[in-house]
Amino acid sequence: MTGHHAPRRIDDLADVRVGDKGDTLIVAVLARDRAGYDYLAEHLSAVRLSAHFGGLVSGTARRSLQPNQLGMVFVLPGVLGAGVTGSPLLDSHGKTLGYHVLELVI
Amino acid sequence: MTSPPIRAGRTVRVGAGSGFSGDRIDPAELLARHGGLDYLIFECLGERTVAAANARRLDDPESGYDPLLCARMNAVLPHTLPAGTTVITNGGAANPLAAVEQVLRVASRVARRSVRVAAVTGDDVLDLVRRSNPEVWETGLPLSEHGEELVSANAYLGADAVIPALDCGADVVITGRLADPSLYVAPLAYEFGWDLARPHIIGAATAVGHLLECAGQLTGGYFADPVTKPVKGMANLGFPFADVRGDGTAVFGKLDGTGGVLSERTCAEQLLYEVGDPGAYLTPDVTADFSGVQFAQVETDRVAIDGATGRARPDDLKVTLGFRGGWLGEGQISYAGPRALPRARLAAEIVTERLTEVHGLAKDSVSVEFIGAGAAFRGLSTDTEAREVRLRVTTNTDTERSADIVGWEVESLYTNGPAGGGGARRSTTRILAIRSCSIPREYVSSRIHVFEDGQ
Repeated sequence: MTGHHAPRRIDDLADVRVGDKGDTLIVAVLARDRAGYDYLAEHLSAVRLSAHFGGLVSGTARRSLQPNQLGMVFVLPGVLGAGVTGSPLLDSHGKTLGYHVLELVI
Repeated sequence: MTSPPIRAGRTVRVGAGSGFSGDRIDPAELLARHGGLDYLIFECLGERTVAAANARRLDDPESGYDPLLCARMNAVLPHTLPAGTTVITNGGAANPLAAVEQVLRVASRVARRSVRVAAVTGDDVLDLVRRSNPEVWETGLPLSEHGEELVSANAYLGADAVIPALDCGADVVITGRLADPSLYVAPLAYEFGWDLARPHIIGAATAVGHLLECAGQLTGGYFADPVTKPVKGMANLGFPFADVRGDGTAVFGKLDGTGGVLSERTCAEQLLYEVGDPGAYLTPDVTADFSGVQFAQVETDRVAIDGATGRARPDDLKVTLGFRGGWLGEGQISYAGPRALPRARLAAEIVTERLTEVHGLAKDSVSVEFIGAGAAFRGLSTDTEAREVRLRVTTNTDTERSADIVGWEVESLYTNGPAGGGGARRSTTRILAIRSCSIPREYVSSRIHVFEDGQ
């Protein structure tokens, strides 16, 4: 079932929990049902999610499917770019960025 | 010495008393009072907290333990000591031995019997890394080629460092940097007599510890959304516990009457939290594999876990390095109504020009955020029609004095900047930069220190 499909918003299919490890943002996307999981597994690639974070990703994004949890984990290196002295940004951990993922339409 | 009780055939109940240094205390007190716990665990250390604690200790040798340690012990020891619940915490932070003194002081006030408190040390590897000069992960450079002052190096100890303290019959065990799940793996391995070299069972116990280590994040915290995931009673969020069996499977629960929710969904979210590869989650104890985990709701707010396993532990231990960098100066001011964002942008231009042209700060040391217009998303999307925008300007400089200038310049926008700027605030704080390296585990040796309050 590649090709034409009506675009869906992640927010309508899944919940997201993000965490940080150093400069890397770790994104867990958990579909609300099996159909949502199948849709996300097909369309939400690591490349697609990485593109949604634009120039913030500094390395190769990885995806790991976790079918038992109807979920998938993405590793996005560099998004929390702390540089050499630590990030001065208000949300240095990137806790708020899960809701950026929810805005993605695929 | 007490002989390890082998609890095959029964369950051991471990409770989560905190998920971070600043966590609520009343949910832990409820668990201590009504939870029927065998163990109450306080996880209090992040990468930044341990470095900050070391920096505090540099300024005052008697400090460096968790700032809420005494408050937590005051709240729970009156219940845990009579109940025979053992408390384990990494709240010793940079100074477990000073923390023991504080805990004994609290215990002497609230206990009706003698109290044994053990400290676990050995995580402080500052001298070791200065000599061995390991490569720093984030920069790829040897440690010695980093300009800032190295103030801390703490290795992640594992469950093996804690078990001797439990074996001494300690009522309270205080550690410094210990891997979060290991705080739970240690009492489970001790109670069931598990061999730490059996990765399957230690992987299962690590899953239990990982799910509990953030406390309220398993019961609706960091989960609730009023539309997609409504959770009731969050002001009274119940912290979780687990009834663990001798085969490493467990049932998670929370106290009846507390707020929050414990469901397969909250468990699945927490299982994958901060886990880059669920098939290979590295701790000092094991390479845990969560990919086969299954959750089952067995009753309301009770969820069973099965299917976690593990492979051999890593040879190296991760080390968190803390560097004292420069100073972070910060200023904030709000604009609202028509053209809020354009006015905030004008204000940012003015401040940036002042900082670089008048005060001579480097332009790349200045960082600007427009809170309310998409700052949290780091420029990935901007709301140009925002009704209210709060400008935040920061600088990263070598001296406190120059860092302080940014707050001054933001504040001076009141009378020299765009129309309608209000609510200016400023602060200046010391920067701690956190990085990581690894060292061979055989370089690190932990030891325990046992103290008894002589009632």
